[in-house]
This record gives sequence, structure tokens and C-alpha cells, in this order.
Amino acid sequence: MNDILAQAFVWLNDPLNWQGPNGIPVRTLEHLTMSGLAVLLATVIALPLGIWLGHRGRGGAFTVVAANTSRALPTFALLLIFASTAIGIGDRPVVLAAAIFAIPVILTNTYAGLRDVDADVREAARGMGMSGRRSLALVEIPLALPLIGAGLRTAVVQVIATVPLAALVGGGGLGPYIVTGLATRRFGEVLAGGLLVAGLCLLAEGVLAVGQHVLTPRPMRPARTASRRKRATVPALP
Amino acid sequence: MTSTAPANPWLSWDYVQTNWADISEALSQHISLTIQAVVIAFAIALPLAMLAHSRPRLAGPILGVSGVLYTIPSLALFAILAPFTGIGRTTVLIGLVAYALLVLVRNILVGLQGVDPEVTDAARGLGYGPARVLWTVELPTALPAIVVGLRLATVTTVALVTIGVVVGFGGLGQLMFRGFSSDYHAEVMTATLLCLAIALVADLLLAVAGRLATPWVRTGSAA
Repeated sequence: MNDILAQAFVWLNDPLNWQGPNGIPVRTLEHLTMSGLAVLLATVIALPLGIWLGHRGRGGAFTVVAANTSRALPTFALLLIFASTAIGIGDRPVVLAAAIFAIPVILTNTYAGLRDVDADVREAARGMGMSGRRSLALVEIPLALPLIGAGLRTAVVQVIATVPLAALVGGGGLGPYIVTGLATRRFGEVLAGGLLVAGLCLLAEGVLAVGQHVLTPRPMRPARTASRRKRATVPALP
Repeated sequence: MTSTAPANPWLSWDYVQTNWADISEALSQHISLTIQAVVIAFAIALPLAMLAHSRPRLAGPILGVSGVLYTIPSLALFAILAPFTGIGRTTVLIGLVAYALLVLVRNILVGLQGVDPEVTDAARGLGYGPARVLWTVELPTALPAIVVGLRLATVTTVALVTIGVVVGFGGLGQLMFRGFSSDYHAEVMTATLLCLAIALVADLLLAVAGRLATPWVRTGSAA
């Protein structure tokens, strides 16, 4: 047991593993690029859709069905299906599959965020003469931001966690360390790869949590934990 | 590259018939892994959640640790476990239990915390001790939330089993990967559909069981 830990330690400290096209920095960057692309893709689709559905108050059932299906369908299955079609092997099927699984996360949170906006606040905006679109842009979306942010955060972490599967279809990122390590029974490398991916996820979660906290205007910061589901706090209106 | 000369359909009843022995083996592995993982996880999660509930100071750390662990990707978790527990069933099972555990603890705790304090107060006023309040009042009241947690944990576990393919024990994931490697579309699709079917059936069974176990929820005044 300590043997493997030592091997992982040696592997992580080997300068050769930190340089060249298969080095940790290059692979990490690749991992993050793929993840960023997937999140971007998912956001472009899910965010406007969620805002529109939430604003209209329609499509609640649709978001629930999307969330449930994505939970039951294994990412791995979709990845393999994509990889064996014209999409081909490599990075592309992973980015697509990760994006598809990130869509329900962003969608449900955006939808819930807009739905949770107090009806009185919405009515007050109308009463002040705001059009539907103006109320959406100036009142509803800002109030929904904490939940939208929570959804994006969850999506980012989930995508970073999904991208290692790329290794199984010939893609890059940090996954190949794990998969080749397992195949060649170099468990030190497997452990090191696992730790790198886990570390990256925790780091991303931490950075995003701090980022969201900093970006949230003070009156809108939740009293205690960040991103408590539901109960979107209504700021004291000036 | 694909579908040029020989037909390579995504759905093929022929495939199912000729390979039923293989499919049923993977299917039973998948189901047994899921059931085992959820049962073990529940056996650990229930006392843990009860502990966190009776000692509120522990609730924060327990939920915090579970949240952090949950962000660790499954592939990475299997990778971290595999060197120590070897390649095979144990590794997959431990990983699955870990993830199901986190979902369950969270939901059971939320359920227990959601119990109306006036109800527990009333029970205490009737002379119930803390243990009796927990077993006869709080747990039954939290049952709907517990069932939701069980359903969630089961469905995610069914999907997660497929990742076990990296250590050679992925149930239907094994078929998917073999089908992918040999460019056999029907194998990938059949395994995928079976996976979805397991999740659906398990979810339905648990939902029905939950309804039968909590008859008061249906007849009660508020939803």
C-alpha cells in the first residue's frame, strides 16, 4: 500500500512527467480547454432556454424530465454512442457528451431561479411600468443570479469530472494517465492521475465558490452558506 | 468509416437472441452490484444521518465532507481505489457505496430536519424519550424524503456502474465498451437501453414501495 503511494509520489515528482506534449501542464490545460468548451456549449443552449421558460412559467415538467433522464442515462453510454458515429473518436464525443449532461443542470437551476422570484417583486416591477422584457433584465435575472451561478458551478465541476472518460475513446486530458496506468498495471501513475483529477475538481469548485461570492453584490449574499437551494434572498430595496 | 459495406444497425433483435447468455450475465452483474451498493450504503447512511441529526454540531462536518467527496469524479475514485483494492468487483462496489452514501446521508438528514418541531415537541410532551421520538415519530415522518433519497441514489448508481469498466467490472458497461471497440452498434445500444430500463424499473418499484409504506401521505390533508 505504501509502495503505491511512494510510486505515485515519485511519478508526480519526476520532472519528465511535467514537460513535453504528455506532461502534466499540457494535459491539464487540454483538460480545462475541453471542459470549458463543453460548459460553453451547454450554457449557450440551457441559459436562454431556462430564462425563457422560467420567465414564462412554462415547461416545468420538461425541465424535470430532462433532469431525470440525464440522471438515468449513463454518460459513458452516450459517449460510446457518439464515438461510434460520424462524430468519431477523440476529444469531440466527450465534449459533446459532457455538454449534454451539463444542460439539465444549468437549465433546472436557471428555471428554478426565475420561478423563485417573489411574485410581489415581479408585480412591483410591472406596477412601475416596466415591460416584461425590462422586468426580466433588470429585476428577475439579477434576483435569479445566485441560483443560476450555483447551476453553472455544478455544471463546471461535473464536466471536469466527466472529461477523463475521454481516455476510453482515444481523447486527451488527464484521463489517459488513469486508463493507461490501469492497463499497464502502473498503479502509482493511476493513483497520481486520480489525485490530479480529483484535485482539479476540488480546486475548480473552490475557485468558483469564491468567485461567485466576490461577484455577488453584498446585499444579495446569502446569510450563511453559499447557494442554499431555494429561498432566493430578496435584497432590501433601496 | 461506419456503415459502409455490412449492415451495422443500432437496434437488432437478432443480436439480443444470439447473445442472450452474455447479456443476461452482464445484466445480473449490473443489478446485483446496484442492489448491493445501495443496501450497504443505506445501512451506513441511516445511523450516520441519525447521529448527525441528534448531534447538530456533527451535521455541518458530515455534510461538508460528503459534499467534497461527491465532487471527486468516479473515474478518479476508481483510480484512487484500484491500487489498494485491486482490479475487480470490490473496487467498483466501494466506489458505488461511497457515492450512494453521500446522496443518502444528505436526503435522510434533510428529511429528519424537515420534521415539524411542534410534532416532536408533542411527542416529547407525551413522555417519549429521545430514542423513541426518533424511531416512532421522526423517522416515519421523514420517510418520504428518505424514499426520494433512495430513488435518487439507486438511479445514479445504475448509471455509475458502467464506469466500473475501467477496472473490468462494469456490468452492462462491459458490453457497451466491447461493442464500441468492435464497432458493433447493436451491442452498445442494447446495453444502453437495458441500463435505462433498469433505472426506470428500479425507480418505479421504489416509488411504489414508498407510497405503500407511507399511506398517510396520500390521505393527509396537504400534499
